[in-house]
Amino acid sequence: MRVLIMAKEGNQTEAAPPTPEAMAEYQKFNEELVKAGVVLEAGRLYPSSQSKRVRFDGKKRTVMDGPFTETKELVAGYWLWQVRSIDEALEWLKRAPYDGGTFEIRQVLDYEGM
Amino acid sequence: MKPVSEAHRTVEAIWRIESARLIAGLARVVGDIGTAEELAQDALVAALEQWPTEGVPERPSAWLMGTAKHRAIDNIRRLKTLERKYEEIGRDMERAQESSDLTLIDEEVGDDLLGLIFMACHPVLSKDARVALTLRVVGGLTTEEIARAFLVPVSTIAQRVVRAKRTLTEAHVRFEVPGGAEREARLASVLEVIYLIFNEGYSATAGEEWVRPALCEDALRLGRILAELTPTEPEVHGLVALMEIQASRLRARVGPSGEPVLLLDQERALWDRLLIRRGFAALERAERLGGAMGPYALQAAIAACHARATKAAETDWPRIAALYDAVAQLVPSPVVELNRAVAVGMAFGPAAGLDLVDTLVPEPSLKAYYLLPAVRGDLLRKLGRSGEARAEFERAASLTQNVRERELLQRRAAECAAESMAG
Repeated sequence: MRVLIMAKEGNQTEAAPPTPEAMAEYQKFNEELVKAGVVLEAGRLYPSSQSKRVRFDGKKRTVMDGPFTETKELVAGYWLWQVRSIDEALEWLKRAPYDGGTFEIRQVLDYEGM
Repeated sequence: MKPVSEAHRTVEAIWRIESARLIAGLARVVGDIGTAEELAQDALVAALEQWPTEGVPERPSAWLMGTAKHRAIDNIRRLKTLERKYEEIGRDMERAQESSDLTLIDEEVGDDLLGLIFMACHPVLSKDARVALTLRVVGGLTTEEIARAFLVPVSTIAQRVVRAKRTLTEAHVRFEVPGGAEREARLASVLEVIYLIFNEGYSATAGEEWVRPALCEDALRLGRILAELTPTEPEVHGLVALMEIQASRLRARVGPSGEPVLLLDQERALWDRLLIRRGFAALERAERLGGAMGPYALQAAIAACHARATKAAETDWPRIAALYDAVAQLVPSPVVELNRAVAVGMAFGPAAGLDLVDTLVPEPSLKAYYLLPAVRGDLLRKLGRSGEARAEFERAASLTQNVRERELLQRRAAECAAESMAG
């Protein structure tokens, strides 16, 4: 199955990019995941100050400019993993070198788990 | 404290992650897969007993490895035999402890895992045995899961695994990462096993379902792991590229009621762009390493031709025919010739394709191969020879073991019957 990991890092990331040390640790962990054949794709996102939102209401579309205030829910990065179970994803995620934020695991709805 | 079932699920998930490395590290020390797997299982049982009450240790992999190695020493002490192995394990324990904890440095773990893969895929074993053993000790699948995937009784797989381990011991197969001239042949055996697993998922040889994506996923994962362990082997990347691109079509390969949808009839919007992109990247890696002409890289290049065409009509058939020509020169086989005939038929007209197919009809190895009459039927139909085409499709339907495929071929035969009536 495929799972999407959404990194909700809180307002730290909004204010400043991760330190080189934190990035190095992240890269080491990501490499371990790649070696285990788990990572399909990974990416980091620009802060919400550079983002936009479109709200749909019937035929009406409202465009909103960032930054957005509910920083706890803002996604700062993502992974797409290939795992055998949510539990496996959970075990991998628990090993990630983070000391703050909330990371969400969502299974990708797809044809027979592919 | 966590509820027991949750802790069990945690242990199971950690087993999935750690078992291959654990078994590999133990196999290097004790020299055989059977003993290594038993020790690893013992450690798992210990984890199942302790973790639910004491909590999951901070470094589960180190805990499992430490426990397994202690068990190994206990067992050997109790048996008071195998002095040499005891010493080896003792030395290894010392070495491991010197490096401050029980996990080894990355490179060694990688070498161990590669050694395990080479051992499980050793040519001394039959193909079936290699597949079962690899899925079990490298893929971390249970005997039940392997049996379910291959639609055979659990006891069959269990026996296969037991016999495979015995054969390895009797043949004194060493735990090693082969080098030199031997490496190429051994690696070819590994790639063959991975592609066999993939193909069983991609077009099931028997049963009710036409594809079993979980097996494709397992094969892909093995391939991706191998590609990281042997980054300079072009054919490994070639195989990964081939599997990624083929897997990108899985969704489009099955119709709404489970029937097979052949490549040229597929809804290409359903193809998985992510896997195609990954496949292209792997193919590029193979080519950069000078491996463009390897058999897997060539097949991946063919798959890439299809992936590049947004419509079936845009397919570069002359290039595909040329690539099959290269495959045929490298690994001549009637099946490759048959594929080449299909490409030639598409590139230069059905008559040219049929000429090639007709040379294959007397081929003994294709006597019971359903795709020969299926391809011949297709070409005859395009030439307006519906009566002959119908007979070929019926013959093909009688030769396939897969229910879904048989239905498709019978439908083709019926269409030809209608056409010849109309004509």
